[in-house]
Amino acid sequence: MPDTIPEQDLGDSAYNYAYLDEQTKRMIRRAILKAVAVPGYQVPFGGREMPLPYGWGTGGIQVTAAIIGRDDTLKVIDQGADDTTNAVSIRRFFARVADVPTTTRTEEATVIQTRHRVPETPLQDGQILVFQVPIPEPLRMLEPRETETRTLHALSEYGVLRVSLYESIARHGRIAKTYNYPVLVNGRYIMSPSPIPKFDNPKLDRNPALQLYGAGREKRIYAVPPHTPVKSLDFDDHPFEIERWTECCALCGSTESFLDEMIVDDAGKRRFICSDTDYCQERQEEQSR
Amino acid sequence: MTAPILSAKGVTKRFGGRFACRGVSFDLWPGEVLGIVGESGSGKTTLLNCLAGRLVPEEGHVAYETASAGTVDVHRLSEARRRLLARTEWGFVHQDAREGLRMGASAGANIGERLMAIGARHYGEIRRTASDWLTRVEIDLDRLDDRPTAYSGGMRQRLQIARNLVSNPRLVFMDEPTGGLDVSVQARLLDLLRGLVDSFHLSAVLVTHDLGVARLLTHRLMVMQGGDVVEAGLTDQVLDDPQHAYTQMLVASILPV
Repeated sequence: MPDTIPEQDLGDSAYNYAYLDEQTKRMIRRAILKAVAVPGYQVPFGGREMPLPYGWGTGGIQVTAAIIGRDDTLKVIDQGADDTTNAVSIRRFFARVADVPTTTRTEEATVIQTRHRVPETPLQDGQILVFQVPIPEPLRMLEPRETETRTLHALSEYGVLRVSLYESIARHGRIAKTYNYPVLVNGRYIMSPSPIPKFDNPKLDRNPALQLYGAGREKRIYAVPPHTPVKSLDFDDHPFEIERWTECCALCGSTESFLDEMIVDDAGKRRFICSDTDYCQERQEEQSR
Repeated sequence: MTAPILSAKGVTKRFGGRFACRGVSFDLWPGEVLGIVGESGSGKTTLLNCLAGRLVPEEGHVAYETASAGTVDVHRLSEARRRLLARTEWGFVHQDAREGLRMGASAGANIGERLMAIGARHYGEIRRTASDWLTRVEIDLDRLDDRPTAYSGGMRQRLQIARNLVSNPRLVFMDEPTGGLDVSVQARLLDLLRGLVDSFHLSAVLVTHDLGVARLLTHRLMVMQGGDVVEAGLTDQVLDDPQHAYTQMLVASILPV
């Protein structure tokens, strides 16, 4: 269908639509379907080399390439920000090879590829959130053998994860893990939510959007279908808690969003601003109106 | 006491052409401690691993009388059931405590792991039970948050025992629990084990090469040589009046003090 590609992009007609060849996309879609059918289960797939290094979102970009179509609108964020190098390059990549409109507005996007954040604006039915995952295995740091972790998942033997939470409380008096906080999906599989802050964990629970997780180096895809219960692990007497700040955002004044701490001068003066740039900007525009 | 808790029939395990254990049969009754003695390489540990379902024997079978679900064939169970059994109704004390412990986690977590695996979700209660067990195995409470790497050999062994007994198992497999410990520590550990076995009415299979340990802890004894059981009987009987030449040699080679 080269006739629909805008003229300035004709140089890229050497590539198949959305960069990957159709067989690869079919293979990835099959993995995604399986992942959606078994929420939280890590499906192996034949990960391809992508034109960016491992650790920059090769998993997420393959998932996005497999699901994107011409009628989609793409948003890419990197730790909540739309304007960082990684987010800008991936957005431009898809604008070029997939001929899709891009946006920074969460409500306008149909596909949102994200590195380590969930947007503050609540997602809706029909939206797809694609996560970039460095280490998909939540048990990896506790059990190095892949054969063993698979068995543990198959038999739902998750005692060892509790051990790590126990250790955290014994040492720090509370569960000190702040990101990549393990969750139980649909009461069955324990899943790594990728290194999102635990602030975002409650947003995964019964989210109307489809969540897809792609790990490029580890070649795993897993998913949380819309409206699926996702529970963060905790103890009865040490319930799960999210981060809180005493400050509000210096730009938009939000007290509900995830705040980044910035040191603004040599004297150690700090400011807190929203990590989600789109959310912050929208609030600022509303206030200036 | 209606049925034996563990019953082995003709258990045979070969490694290549060599028999590690050949045609071993016995019944273990509830509350009984069975000792398996013999020199190194006589097949004691292989037999123990076969009994505990960690190795699959070529011939013979091992039946276990579960607490609630009747008699099961240990090697026919699904892996899920066997692992569940291994962490609820059974215990396994390794010769090398490092194999049986989670060396990267604190003592409290080591003891609490089984509890958490079977559904304990209250940190305070897990910790209370862990402290309780630490006291029972005579380790100071202020070591609760230390890792086993900071423990001495004897303490590690005691911690391993606590970790196994916390889920109130009915049957414990012990592979040389006192191996590699100095004599005074051995004596304390033996005292402790004897007390625990008594008070919890445990059944146990104990592998050892130390006849002194066997004398102190076990009710019945099997003597193994080259994979065969050459003599079996009540411990005192076997040790005081050994019939087989090999047993006589074993008993005679105890060093007099």
